[in-house]
Amino acid sequence: MVTRRFFLKSSGLALVAFGAAPKALVRSVYAAEGGRRKTLVVVFQRGAMDGLNVVAPYGDPIYRRYRPTIALPSPKGGSNEAALDLDGYFGLHPALEPLLPLWKDRTLAAVQAVGSPDPTRSHFDAQDFMESGTPGLKATEDGWINRHLQATPVADATPFRAVSLTPTLPRSLAGRAPAVAMNSIREFDLRPSAGASVAHGFEGMYEAAVNDVLHGTGQETFEAVQFLKKSDPSRYVPAADVEYPRGRYGDSLKQIAQLIKADVGVEVAFTEIGGWDTHAAEGGVQGQLAQRLRELGQALSAFQRDLGDRMQDVALVTMTEFGRTVHENGNRGTDHGHASVSFVMGGDVRGGKVHGRWPGLEERSLYEARDLAVTTDFRDLLGEMLTRHLGDRDLAKVFPGYAVSPSRFPGVMRA
Amino acid sequence: MTSRLRCGPQLAAGLGRATSLVLALAIAAPAGATVRRPATADEDARIVHALSRLTFGPRPGDVEAVRAMGLERWIDQQLHPEKIADPDLAPRLASLSTLRMSTSEILKGYDPPPELKREIQKKRAELGDNASEEDMRKARRELAAEYKGQMAGPPKQVVDELQQAKLLRAVYSDRQLDEVLVDFWMNHFNVFAGKGQDKFLLTAYERDVIRPHAWGRFEDLLKATAESPAMLFYLDNWLSTDPSANPQDIRRAMAEEEGMAPRRPARGFGGFGRRRGFGSAPGMRPNGRPAAQQAKKAGLNENYAREIMELHTLGVDGGYTQKDVTEVARCLTGWTIGGLRRQDPHFVYLDAAHDHGDKVVLGHKIKSAGMKEGQGIIHMLATSPATAHFVSYKLARRFVADEPPASLVDRAAATFRKTDGDIREVVRTILTSPEFFAPESRQAKVKTPFEFVVSAVRASGADVSDATALTQRVAQMGMPLYQQQPPTGYKDTAEAWVSTSGLLARLNFALDLAAGRVRGVTVAAGGLAPRAGDGAMLADALAARLVPAGLSESTLKTLESQSGQGLDAARVAGLILGSPEFQRR
Repeated sequence: MVTRRFFLKSSGLALVAFGAAPKALVRSVYAAEGGRRKTLVVVFQRGAMDGLNVVAPYGDPIYRRYRPTIALPSPKGGSNEAALDLDGYFGLHPALEPLLPLWKDRTLAAVQAVGSPDPTRSHFDAQDFMESGTPGLKATEDGWINRHLQATPVADATPFRAVSLTPTLPRSLAGRAPAVAMNSIREFDLRPSAGASVAHGFEGMYEAAVNDVLHGTGQETFEAVQFLKKSDPSRYVPAADVEYPRGRYGDSLKQIAQLIKADVGVEVAFTEIGGWDTHAAEGGVQGQLAQRLRELGQALSAFQRDLGDRMQDVALVTMTEFGRTVHENGNRGTDHGHASVSFVMGGDVRGGKVHGRWPGLEERSLYEARDLAVTTDFRDLLGEMLTRHLGDRDLAKVFPGYAVSPSRFPGVMRA
Repeated sequence: MTSRLRCGPQLAAGLGRATSLVLALAIAAPAGATVRRPATADEDARIVHALSRLTFGPRPGDVEAVRAMGLERWIDQQLHPEKIADPDLAPRLASLSTLRMSTSEILKGYDPPPELKREIQKKRAELGDNASEEDMRKARRELAAEYKGQMAGPPKQVVDELQQAKLLRAVYSDRQLDEVLVDFWMNHFNVFAGKGQDKFLLTAYERDVIRPHAWGRFEDLLKATAESPAMLFYLDNWLSTDPSANPQDIRRAMAEEEGMAPRRPARGFGGFGRRRGFGSAPGMRPNGRPAAQQAKKAGLNENYAREIMELHTLGVDGGYTQKDVTEVARCLTGWTIGGLRRQDPHFVYLDAAHDHGDKVVLGHKIKSAGMKEGQGIIHMLATSPATAHFVSYKLARRFVADEPPASLVDRAAATFRKTDGDIREVVRTILTSPEFFAPESRQAKVKTPFEFVVSAVRASGADVSDATALTQRVAQMGMPLYQQQPPTGYKDTAEAWVSTSGLLARLNFALDLAAGRVRGVTVAAGGLAPRAGDGAMLADALAARLVPAGLSESTLKTLESQSGQGLDAARVAGLILGSPEFQRR
């Protein structure tokens, strides 16, 4: 923290001293470090996505038996009324069709049967355990991303080293290391009409409130506002042919792309998309799940095209708290289950492949005789991304109590 | 790893401050600074604290009023809202007509007629999969305009009015504790307005299910929510049936129940002989091949069974298993919604949909007994010691501190058990406890966005002619009213609401409110301290008026020095409403 404040203060001085444009200043910081920063983007799908209908094991006839009305039909030559073939066994939900080009050029991978070893089927607990990174332990105060920031201090970190495009700071980012949450870039400013005295007044009040939980937040807020003003990411509008889907989630990915393009020093970005709790009318090719997937896939595809070459430095991972029952329920939906699927995309990704050991759907292979078993602990997936993409060598700090070992990495990133 | 996440007892300092401030002023304050401290500082501090928890924040004059009445008497009065007249509220709500409508009237007036829905679906099919949401929105608007004469208003109006009413009640009702408690139960038994037809069911849910039982026995409240169409729909129990039941039998039974001829559902099992909307899940698209995709069987749905134990009664650590969830779901099969075809949804128990086998729940054998099984489950859960503890813990967390003292939770839980879940007595135990008034409890809670906005409006004595802009501000801070999707409801602890964007939104709201820049809200910042002059004196006078709990010395000092730069009353008031102290209660 001290270093960070020092950087900000001295960057202000540097501006005065050299009259340098802010962007040049920011770039110079990276140059010292040897080029552009790597960025990890985390998309949390809240509500528990049904991985079995997203990367569907159509090659196994049992799949259809469990799901007589909602199973995706086996691929029919690329028809959008059926699964889209991935590897002869798994098929992608047709609503994710915008992601197919990424799959083909091997910048998109899937990890099947990923999840948490904790048996809970409570959304609240399961999300909490995943975001804290300590399944089964409720006392953990900070989130896995924040512990990564703590474990890998960066001397020249900007206020935007960790940023969440959400109205409140998610559990994953909570903790001692500074992290910024924002609704939108545009709204991230104090009313200019209030004037400098008011701004100084707020800064003074929060700076002095040293014993208050709001103190740190206040400091981070004012620094981040100043910093963002200088780098002005809203200049980076997406290309004309890149259209993000409307809504909070599409907007958030668009703005993460803007922050990355503006070189504000984003190392980890977080966003979320809800609506996956498909107990009823989940459907197959059409239905609630299809709708959610359409939004998910369109935004990911737009993000990839929007960033273009910059995707070389970006890795994105999707996660969800658990999967859903192998059997469909009585309402063309599914209930809370265990393992689900994650997508990974980016330049360093070993794409075009369904990673992870497939546990199978036979009765004896199921978790508690009803759910897809977890064969990839989510910490091994995230650990691999942190190690291979962000160079974190201290995973013991990120996932305390869990011996993350490269031998268990699912192998989604080029080593 | 602490300071950012925990709210420590920092405002213990605030307590001792009454004296230290006087000292500090005597030594350091510029001549003329007039921060008056009442003679009975401790009693007033207790009053301010009680006001900050039993109400949505003190208004100008509230401290004096409670002092005149006596704190104990005032608390007792707030515990009996039915004895408070509250004459000024009704006129404020008069224009919000849907508040007084039955669900049936709301559906008839605001749910688009089936022909309109069909045309919208047709349009969607025409536009195809690649239609942007914007095109669809436009098409919907145009089609809706053609049907305008048949509808009392757009569907959105129902939730808009609920949101406005919630805000207006919180600002203006004299039954403040009632509003706080109703807010607590609405959050405890959260229902998401964004889930399909629930937007039309929430009005009756709050008015007829939550409010009448907010002060009664917990079991009655639990039962009322279990039988409410809003909850049955939100957590899918209305769809849950015995997997081996014949869907045709179920449809026939439902038709009989409704006194109508049986009818095939339009789509999916969801129909129960649906007339409008209820059969289609939110936003579900026509699949073009209804026969192929139609569900052929009924079945169990565990959603409500899990949440009634995890969130409504026992708590997640309440000692139940996945097997218990399934068994409770079986007991509750057949608890569903009738009257859909007449647009008059109400609870019915449909024996044909019920699983008649024996069950075992939490180690108790449940003999097959139809509807009585579900009633027995509700009784078992409502009277479990785990429930007494969990509900008491949540109430103490709301009223006292994010981590309420175990001693207090235990006593509240004991009251719960002793009084058969009498909510009023449990709340009384908490509000009259030494822990509640302990110095470390004061200013210990960070306000939620809703609490912050309402308390700022109350403190500034603002007049609200239209609450829409205020509810939008609350939504921008991350707390859209009636629109929390997960059944957990909104979080009630500091870490959920302490963030950079959240703080900026609060500061900007404080500035806008004080400057009169929030639509529909009139504030006369100058009038808050008419004779205060300017500079430090203005700052002190406004602070005393807006924050009876007091500001810290450092905040006051910053305020005084910035006010010395020639700030007007509106900007000074904005700074105070945005201060760290005003974010707490």
